[in-house]
Amino acid sequence: MESVDNTIGNIGTAAAGSQRSYVRTRKAMIRQTMTAILRVINTVCLLALVLVFALPFIWMVSTSLKTLPETMIFPPRWIPTDPVWQNYADAWNTGPFLRYFTNSIIIAGGILILQMLTIIPASYAFARYRFAGSSFLFGIVMVTLMIPAQLIFLPVYLELSAFKLLNTHLGLILPFASSAFGIFMLRQAFMQISDELIEAARLDQAAEWKIILRIMVPLVKPVLVTFALFSFIAHWNDYFWPLVMTTNETARTLPLGIAKIREVEGVATWNVLMAGNLILVTPILIVFFLSQRQIIKAFVYNGVK
Amino acid sequence: MAKIELKHISKKFKDETVIEDLNLTIKDGSFTVLVGPSGCGKSTTLRMVAGLEKQTGGEIWIDDECVNDTPPGLRDVAMVFQNYALYPTMSVRGNIEFGLKNRGIAKREREKLIADISEIVGLTPHLNKKPQNLSGGQRQRVALARAMVKQPKVFILDEPLSNLDAKLRNQMRTELIQLHKRLGTTFVYVTHDQVEAMSMGDEIVVMNKGVIQQADTPMKLYHDPANRFTAEFIGTPAMNMMNGQDLQGIEIRSAAAVGHVGFRPEQALIGAGAEIEGYEIEGEILTRESLGAENIYQIQSRTGVFFVKTFLAPLETAARVKVTIPYGQLYYFGLNGERLRGVEASSKRLAAAGGR
Ligand SMILES: Nc1ncnc2c1ncn2[C@@H]1O[C@H](COP(=O)(O)OP(=O)(O)O)[C@@H](O)[C@H]1O
Ligand SMILES: [Mg+2]
Repeated sequence: MESVDNTIGNIGTAAAGSQRSYVRTRKAMIRQTMTAILRVINTVCLLALVLVFALPFIWMVSTSLKTLPETMIFPPRWIPTDPVWQNYADAWNTGPFLRYFTNSIIIAGGILILQMLTIIPASYAFARYRFAGSSFLFGIVMVTLMIPAQLIFLPVYLELSAFKLLNTHLGLILPFASSAFGIFMLRQAFMQISDELIEAARLDQAAEWKIILRIMVPLVKPVLVTFALFSFIAHWNDYFWPLVMTTNETARTLPLGIAKIREVEGVATWNVLMAGNLILVTPILIVFFLSQRQIIKAFVYNGVK
Repeated sequence: MAKIELKHISKKFKDETVIEDLNLTIKDGSFTVLVGPSGCGKSTTLRMVAGLEKQTGGEIWIDDECVNDTPPGLRDVAMVFQNYALYPTMSVRGNIEFGLKNRGIAKREREKLIADISEIVGLTPHLNKKPQNLSGGQRQRVALARAMVKQPKVFILDEPLSNLDAKLRNQMRTELIQLHKRLGTTFVYVTHDQVEAMSMGDEIVVMNKGVIQQADTPMKLYHDPANRFTAEFIGTPAMNMMNGQDLQGIEIRSAAAVGHVGFRPEQALIGAGAEIEGYEIEGEILTRESLGAENIYQIQSRTGVFFVKTFLAPLETAARVKVTIPYGQLYYFGLNGERLRGVEASSKRLAAAGGR
């Protein structure tokens, strides 16, 4: 088509031809400039967003390295003149931080492992099997999703107390042994997998557990990793439950320890407090960076399907 | 190698009866094609043979063994699915190996089998790729390899070529035929495409609405259809069908009432001489479709539209033509669509003259 166009152009006067090509290049130039401008705007917007989310964090890092008077000066200084690493040691020494830290790992990790053990079979059963009362049971699971923790902490407290589980790791783990949200999310993922895959595996003489572990679970891995991360972060950072369910230091976790920095040090030792917070979030950041690829995959997958 | 027998098979989904009293014997080592319109129960039949669907009634025998209660993995049946159903998280090697591992075959032997199979289907360079990184044709080959490596008694293929483009489809068709020759295993193949069925099968089972219309060789189906459905289903363009009452100038001597009379487009002659005795129709050519060696005409006659196909004849340019169908090429069908045999026909004038 284009060649025909050009030939016709050539048959006409040379001037007309060159004029047209001039118009064409100008149009192309305008389009190019427009895309360039849009790209710049896009980048600026993204940078602004990054700043909005990153600034508090950067401020936290900066404060954690200042001396106490330096945190008060105005206008504030972003880079401390002489980084005070001692703040981290001070934070660590305000209480039994090693215990808090191990408690946090045991509890958040224990919850994670238990949840994996419960939500994978539960969600698979809800997604793939029809059994008596399956929709009713799933309804109950969904209802628990809508009950806030603040509503049930008292009965749970009494229960744990009756079983002598207050101030124990188990007492902080067991109430979260399963997750309605996890079951829901994973069930959706399992339901999207085509039946033919399972049938192919059956013809390949695979046992049911093998179908689940070798074919189904790897397929929902991105969703599983995403859920695991959210669950880990939520329980790692949780302040309310450990606060309510503990009366002494035996099973207390990092967030409680950090809250205590304020009590121990007086009112406004922001630098030490921020150092404590960094101790709290660093493990999460590490976990996040390790699982980043899987999480992005989870969202991309859902987009394509 | 195995013979498959379906005895009085029926299948209901809830209240909907999909298949009722189906009887079929699939010969050992045959390439049997189930063909029929979409939704007629081909896949359901196949899935019952594989054990993926449980029949509501009846028995399935594979090699003189009733497999009614045998789980799919132990029936020695391998299946190729329409959408391939490859395990997405496993590599090509993993896909082929999975069934072998489940059977507890030793690693050394597994590797030999995989190497052999991937050589046959041409997958050797791709063994470590994931299915998502393969083309449609390559995925198809993985599905075939996965089925073949188990050396099953029966191969079941459910519309395996329908996701490929036309060229690749033709190529795979030939490869599948060769593969069948080479393995000598029983193939049961499902398609809704009668051309595919005719070109691949040595036994064809025509189905409609869950009922077997005819099970025969391709040539028998074409030349000797058992009923109207088969007659009209096999062949392109389809067999022309005329209502018995619309016929004029023909004397039909039949024991049973004739409902319809049909003829194949390629048996009709345009502008034939008087020496050919046959049923004559006059009509107006509506469209001419020239494919080089063959021409297809759509002709409007007094009783309706019909098709005529000619080979290696110059394109007919006249607007109105006389079409002759030799009496021997007419097919007669009863009021319920069953084929009537031993029917004789002659032109009315002659019969009248002879009668006097
Ligand atoms: N799992 C099922 N549940 C209910 N109806 C089904 C199911 N599978 C197939 N059918 C019905 O059975 C009929 C035959 O289906 P199928 O065997 O897939 O046809 P074909 O493969 O010949 O196109 C269709 O009417 C279809 O709706
Ligand atoms: Mg089908």
